Order: sequence, then C-alpha cells, then structure tokens
Amino acid sequence: MIAIIDYGMGNLRSIYNALMNVNGDPVIVSDSAKLSGADAVVIPGVGSFGDGMNNLRPFEDELFDLIHDGIPMLGICIGMHVLFDWGEESNCEGFGLITGDVIRLPQGVRIPQMGWNELRIRCDSDLLSGINDGDFFYFVHSYYCVPENKHTITATTDYGVDLAAVVEKDNIHAVQFHPEKSSTKGLIILKNFVEMTRC
Amino acid sequence: MLAKRIIPCLDCDLGVPFGRVVKGVRFKQIRYAGIPWELAQEYDKQGADELIFLDITASHERRETMSKVIEKTSENVFMPLTVGGGIRSLKDARTAFNAGADKVSVNTAAIKNPDLLNEISKYFGTQACVIAIDAKRRYEHKTGQEMVDTPQGECWFECSLYGGREFTGIDAIQWAIEAEERGAGDIMLTSMDRDGTKDGFDIELTSAVSNSVNIPVIASGGCGNLEHILEVFKKTNVSAALAASIFHFGEYTVSEVKEYLKKNGVHVRL
Repeated sequence: MIAIIDYGMGNLRSIYNALMNVNGDPVIVSDSAKLSGADAVVIPGVGSFGDGMNNLRPFEDELFDLIHDGIPMLGICIGMHVLFDWGEESNCEGFGLITGDVIRLPQGVRIPQMGWNELRIRCDSDLLSGINDGDFFYFVHSYYCVPENKHTITATTDYGVDLAAVVEKDNIHAVQFHPEKSSTKGLIILKNFVEMTRC
Repeated sequence: MLAKRIIPCLDCDLGVPFGRVVKGVRFKQIRYAGIPWELAQEYDKQGADELIFLDITASHERRETMSKVIEKTSENVFMPLTVGGGIRSLKDARTAFNAGADKVSVNTAAIKNPDLLNEISKYFGTQACVIAIDAKRRYEHKTGQEMVDTPQGECWFECSLYGGREFTGIDAIQWAIEAEERGAGDIMLTSMDRDGTKDGFDIELTSAVSNSVNIPVIASGGCGNLEHILEVFKKTNVSAALAASIFHFGEYTVSEVKEYLKKNGVHVRL
C-alpha cells in the first residue's frame, strides 16, 4: 500500500490516478494512525510551506518511524520543501530530514515558474531510470530547495538559477516538479517509485 | 529553459449529459467538436502542455456535468487542467479542485468581488488561481487609463464581462497588475476584438499586459494559423498561447504547431 498523505492541501485525485495508472496501490490517508503498515509514502504538495507544515505535524511521528524503517518516500513540490530545515516563504521550520533551506526564486524571472522545463541529470538513480537528460517535466513553484550536500541532487533544472529538481537521500526521494502532471515522463518516474516498494 | 506552452481550449456546452465541445464566433455559427474528455485525451497524445475547459453555459445546475468531465479526464490525462466559466465563489472553486482540476480561472466574479482572488490563492495557492481578462480596444481618450500605441492609433483596453456582453470601464492593464497583487498566478488574456476572427493575436494588448506583470501571461483570441502563434512568441514575451478551433477541427495537431515553432527558434516541449 502506498500512502498518499492527505493534509488538506488541494488536489490528491491526480496523484492517486497517476499511481493507479502505473499499477501502484495508492490509499489516501488522512489519519496518521493509518500510516503504519504502508510500503511507501507520498507527500503530495500544493499550497504554502507554513500551512503545509502545520497540517503535516500530526503525521510527524509515524512519518519519521517509516523513514527510519527504510520505507521509500516521495515528496512532491511542497511535499519536497517540507523535508528541509527551513522555508523562507513562511519563515518556518521544516522536518529537517534533508539539511538545507527553501528560498525564493531569483529576481529577473517570472514567478511562479509555471510550465514545462528540462531536467539536467547529474547522476543515475533508480527513480530516474528511463528518463533522459533534456526530458520535460511540469513545474509550478515560487520557492526552491538548496540542499547543503550537493551530492544529494540527482537532477537540476534551469530557471534563472540551476535549481535542484530531484533530491535523493537514502530512501527519501524529492521532486520539485509534478510527476502526476508531467504526462508519460512523469508516469515513468512514478512507476520507478512504485517498483522501489516491491524490492 | 522553460518551454513556451501550447494550450488547447475546450469551450464546453454542458447542456447535454456528458457535455460537448463547441466553437463559434461570438456564440453564433456554433460547431460541435466532440466529447470533452475524448478530445482531452487526443490533445494529450499530441503533446498539449495544458488544457482549459471553459463552461460556456455557466449555470449552476450544470456544474455537476463539468465535475464529471474533469473527473473523467483526470483518470488518464496527466497534465494541468484548468476550469473556467461561471466560477463565482470559493465553493465553486473547491468543487472544481475536488473533481481533479489544478487551476480555476475567474473573470466576472473577480471583477465584481476582487477579494475572491485573494481567497482562492490563499486556500489553494497562487498557482491554482488564473485571472481571465477579456479586453477590448477603446480608441477614445480617457484620463486615468493606460494608453497604448498601436498601428491603428492610440487606445486603451477595457475589461468586459459575460463573454463580451457587458463592459466595465476598468483598464485591463491596471486590472492585471491588481490581480497579480491579489494572488493570481496566471493571466489568461483574451482579445475581444480578435476572439473567433482568426486574424491573429492582438500583439499590442498582449505585449502591454505581459510587460506590466511578473506572472505568466497566456495569449488568447484570434489564433487562425501557425504563423499567428509564432508571431505572438516572437513579438511579445508571453509564456503561453491558447487556441481552440485550429485544433478542434483538425486543421493542425498540437505537435505540428510545436514542430513549426521549434523550427523557427521557439523553445517548446516536443
């Protein structure tokens, strides 16, 4: 069972449908007690950092237990941001699972970044299997993650700055773009994630 | 680099059980183009970057049909979906999001109650809040309005409501700036002078609005051929172009449009 955490932030139907499409077995979980027993966890994301953190706090203990057990986890967009130490948007602390901050996109570009941008792959990973350098993914965001350990960045994208598009640390995987909105390439990433749960 | 977006727009008549996509010139000479989610799937295959579903019937009883259309589409179409037409309240927006929409576009309701933009962006995020602006050229001078030079003479742009059936006296450029401040994340900018004419986008309007804001602008109204789309990307800095009839009736596929744009130096997703 892949638990999609429902923390009251927008559209979960598309991530649910996309995981179904790649033969996953997603369940939308809005009660932290129901997280235990999950084979994988997805933190979807739209909305703001502060609201996201507030709504996710009740899941914290169970979430940390699963991560320590080595269960694959995928954070999407805001679901990626909250894994870091601190977010500029709401001047708010995150879960601190990945060392680094989440800051505003630089001056000189339209904000939010909204649309399809190319992935620059830095190193191979299971999540990116079947994805080519230059493939397009759908991004919507005003803030971006700056991990302290640059080696955790497995892919970047260029939007006024070369920003972290995929960050991976052990069983924690985080993507700035929306795989569930990125057509066939996005489905490949979700399929790779589903396969991790079967190892 | 961020690609320029090509967005087919599906004008939906929801007066029939599963809805149907229609296109006409100012609601006249209506032609039927197909079932919304079937067309959506086809555009997905062709490489569309996003889809906009506009409820042209815009009555509350038919909101349920729109939900059905979006639910059905989002089962197997994995790209951003925008719903517009008759979104009047936070509740209407929530209904659209629950059905699977990623964004809602508002026009009339936002002009009548600008706080709606703040509310939608607060609850669902800036990225989910599209302001639709239907603008018409006015050549008579009026103090306080942003006058813009065009080959046809100096003019300002007036916001209209209800698909061009009512005018507001509101300057489209000033309204675009205000909408951005209130939390809109995208501007869907339609020229009422060009809509349905196939004479090409209103370059001066598009340029003026796009240069006045820092959020993405989608050019709309007047697209009749490939050159029109190239022109709007070459002459303005818009982020996206919207078209309806050139796609619905098989004149061009989305991939044909993109290949043409790429050949002419526009960065698109292929």
